[in-house]
Amino acid sequence: MNDHENKVEDEGFSLKLLQGGNPEEFSRLVNMYSSKIYRLAIKMLNQQQDAEDVLQETFLKAYRGLMSFDGRSKLSTWLFRIATNEALMILRRKHPDFLSIDESIETEEGEQEPVQIIDWCCLPENEFLSEETRKLLDAAVQTLPESLRVVFILRDINNLSTHETAEVLGLSDTAVKTRLSRARLRLREELSAYFGERVNVIREAQRNESIEISSRSGEKLFLRSKGEDENG
Amino acid sequence: MDETKKKHEHKDCRKLLGSLSEYVDGELNEELCFVLEQHMEDCEDCKIVVDTLRKTVNIYHMTAETGALPGDIQQRLYKSLNIEEYLE
Repeated sequence: MNDHENKVEDEGFSLKLLQGGNPEEFSRLVNMYSSKIYRLAIKMLNQQQDAEDVLQETFLKAYRGLMSFDGRSKLSTWLFRIATNEALMILRRKHPDFLSIDESIETEEGEQEPVQIIDWCCLPENEFLSEETRKLLDAAVQTLPESLRVVFILRDINNLSTHETAEVLGLSDTAVKTRLSRARLRLREELSAYFGERVNVIREAQRNESIEISSRSGEKLFLRSKGEDENG
Repeated sequence: MDETKKKHEHKDCRKLLGSLSEYVDGELNEELCFVLEQHMEDCEDCKIVVDTLRKTVNIYHMTAETGALPGDIQQRLYKSLNIEEYLE
């Protein structure tokens, strides 16, 4: 067994069976990576039909291309590369002014300075798990330029390492780190705008509640000063 | 706080901004890590940016794990690849 076969074995597959067209082994490959490929596509394209096309096309191309798969990268990296190219092709078709993933953005001015400085980490956990939050998270990813979005999805949503992401995109590790940093900082801004507002809403509610409790317990001094405020 | 100090701190924040992402991953080199942590002791703004950046990444990690492939999409995929009989 050579090194390349070893790599595939490490992922739990037999390159011999896959290249021999064994449908059971191929279906194991599909089962293992289809949800990650779909997730990449849907987050990139934000459109179910397009994402489904990318998913099917990725595995069709993989099936046809398995004989020439050289095993120098992991199977997953190879599949992500096919899927990314498919997704970028759809984006280019839809937005002809699209910035190429290879185009260097590292020369542009550095990160945007943080604008939102409010600590919202203290919010109750269920705030982060609501359906509304899920929509916000997806919408925030869509605001990223494609060159940053694809890096963020591979690293933080599909959990690839910096090096694997670099291999998928044909970028250097440093370029991946720079793009990931910019993507995360932009997303932090988007999330801070929303959750910062939630912090204010909750604080306001708590303040009102304490006013109510105070007034119920008959704190005359407090009521008087509130009354004065209301009367200007 | 006098103006000179304010300006100086702001310049440091700008310089450190590019290191924050690696810092929250625990991958920042020791030297820069030390500089950043020293800076955060006096800079509440940077501390908030780091905390909320870490939380941002955590929330995405947390919500990403639950996304399984929808059943109808899985079925159509297996059909298009002619491997329906292996559908679990």
